[in-house]
Amino acid sequence: MKAAPTHAAAAEEFLKDSERSHWHDETLWHVRSKRDVSAQKIPEWEQLRTLASQIKDHVLSNLDNLLLQFEKKAQANGIEVLWAKDAEEHNEHVLRILEENQVRQLVKSKSILTEECGLNHFLEDKGYDVVDTDLGERIIQFNKQVPSHIVMPAIHLKKKEIGDIFHKHLGTEAGADDPKYLTEAARQHLRQKFIQAHAAITGVNFGIAETGGFVVCTNEGNADMGTHLADIHIACMGIEKLIPRAADLGVYLRLLARSATGQSITNYTSHFHRPRKGKKMYLILVDNGRTKQLGREDFRNSLKCIRCGACMNTCPIYRRSSGFSYNSTVPGPIGSILSPGMDLNKHSTLPFASTLCGSCSDVCPVKINIHEQLYKWRQVITKEGPPQTSKRWAMRFGGQVMSKPRLFDLMGKMARKSLSISPRGFVYNSFNAWGKHRELPEVPKETFKDWYRKNRNDDK
Amino acid sequence: MKVGLFIPCYVEQFYPKAAIATLELLEKAGVEVAYPLKQTCCGQPMANSGYEEFGQGASDLFRENFAEFDYVVCPSGSCTLHAKEHILSNKEGEPKLYELCEFLTDVVQIKELKSRFPYKVGLHASCHGLRGLGLARPSELMVPDFNKPLQLLEMVEDIDLVHLARKDECCGFGGTFAVFEEAISVQMGKDRIQDHQEQGVAVITGADMSCLMHLEGLLRRDKSPIKVMHIAEILNGQEPELKNQ
Repeated sequence: MKAAPTHAAAAEEFLKDSERSHWHDETLWHVRSKRDVSAQKIPEWEQLRTLASQIKDHVLSNLDNLLLQFEKKAQANGIEVLWAKDAEEHNEHVLRILEENQVRQLVKSKSILTEECGLNHFLEDKGYDVVDTDLGERIIQFNKQVPSHIVMPAIHLKKKEIGDIFHKHLGTEAGADDPKYLTEAARQHLRQKFIQAHAAITGVNFGIAETGGFVVCTNEGNADMGTHLADIHIACMGIEKLIPRAADLGVYLRLLARSATGQSITNYTSHFHRPRKGKKMYLILVDNGRTKQLGREDFRNSLKCIRCGACMNTCPIYRRSSGFSYNSTVPGPIGSILSPGMDLNKHSTLPFASTLCGSCSDVCPVKINIHEQLYKWRQVITKEGPPQTSKRWAMRFGGQVMSKPRLFDLMGKMARKSLSISPRGFVYNSFNAWGKHRELPEVPKETFKDWYRKNRNDDK
Repeated sequence: MKVGLFIPCYVEQFYPKAAIATLELLEKAGVEVAYPLKQTCCGQPMANSGYEEFGQGASDLFRENFAEFDYVVCPSGSCTLHAKEHILSNKEGEPKLYELCEFLTDVVQIKELKSRFPYKVGLHASCHGLRGLGLARPSELMVPDFNKPLQLLEMVEDIDLVHLARKDECCGFGGTFAVFEEAISVQMGKDRIQDHQEQGVAVITGADMSCLMHLEGLLRRDKSPIKVMHIAEILNGQEPELKNQ
């Protein structure tokens, strides 16, 4: 099996186009700044975060009972509830529903869960025409890409590129990149798809155990257009998306949009409780590794995530390397603590794609200790992940030097001596990654220890 | 009050001036400081690379070296944080760990400094001190504003502190990250420098020499006139080694 590219290699590739990487960084920083302005207006912002985190603690500790309560209520409301232990089972459920109802055409609003399950490809292979109706998702669907961001899936593309894609797929004028004009073209195109669709697939932002209802947040109203027009509504929900009571919803809705884009609320917050007369509503509850993650003490609270994407917008590495460098459905900091739990070998470099700066943890609306979990995944990966012989050897050696003061002093002296007498080309060789673009520190005449012995501690 | 000075491994070897300034600054503030000579490192490089177990020897040595002290003071937020989280935990009977700036503002409660620094200075907020130790309000948190390193710098006469466009973005050092994610580390460093440069600073300072070592590496490669200085050096009234000033 070919090894997955490391995050470092993918990041280096992205950074080669420095104009684009700067633009990407600035674009996402702008979103982070809007989040700050918006959060500042809420005096109880930090209390909201704490509350949101605590409610999710409760959910994760009582997930079994809450899920059963949710199922019972949803069924009583007339929703058909299905359970899927993994992506395969989820996709099979969707296929069966489509076959049973003789659906050929379907529309889909944004759902990162269906991305995680690879639903589009699965259905396309079976001959279905799956149309993503979120504008960003439609763009990348035309472009045969996956989302590079969970909230803004096409954030990696510039206006002009989108104009080119639309010219190719929607027949807009060549070279046209006016957002209004392009959006109008997308709107006309999607209207047709909405009208033709027999089924609408949506994700779920929040499932409410108390009522058996669920909430879908969009900015474009595309989930509503889809579900209102189609006879069949299939909602796909990760089992961790549960909240106990309808009263808890306000806590999350206030945090979600502000954290995501700086809006006070998403343009459409749609509540679904039961199918309309003569129509059908299905709810698929998906595990796909979530209960395994729940069982990992150090990593369980990664399941609190409400998919706002704030950790991506704030992450200085994500901003400069783009979502694709993570090679995982959920990129960025949160992806780097979720993905290793799904496939440790494939995602083994992700927890190292961080300086542990901690901005992700501080921006997180549900207070996931993301950077601490990155540190903990590192400890797991060096033991259970792909072997890294030379790094391991270097760290072991370093550890030995650091545990013996006299050896440390001696090694320090040798290093400083060799640095000061070696020719430049010898020091700045191709193995010296530090020195590729940086100078090493100048070697001082004496160490602090030398100075201290001379100036403060003559008798020792 | 028995205070032990912990000097990070790379500061001991490459930046003795930062360590000397730290010692002198504490002495001037009337603190009796001792520097145990058998110290090496806190073990963070190993631990952050995923090899906590190889840092164990360094941790044990750290504990031994400072067992008899009431306080351990260290001129690095990052090393202090690591030692706090993985070596000592400020439990009863254990020495209390402080980063230099917070020791001066919170324990010594210093009110004035007799130093002058008539230069344009940019303060780099190092992440581990900022978010890990809480040296200042991180821009993400909606809590009342405070900034301990800045509070100290403002006591320095004639200092001209600039406002940065991104006041607490990471510089990209990140320990072994600087080597294993070289490309992005360098880009982050360059972007930080750009921000300071646009404000026309003569000196970039901060409470972590490691970030400054990374930035200095980039500045020197670029033959930039901007210098880096540890915050202790400025607080202690050291002159920058500027050319053409």
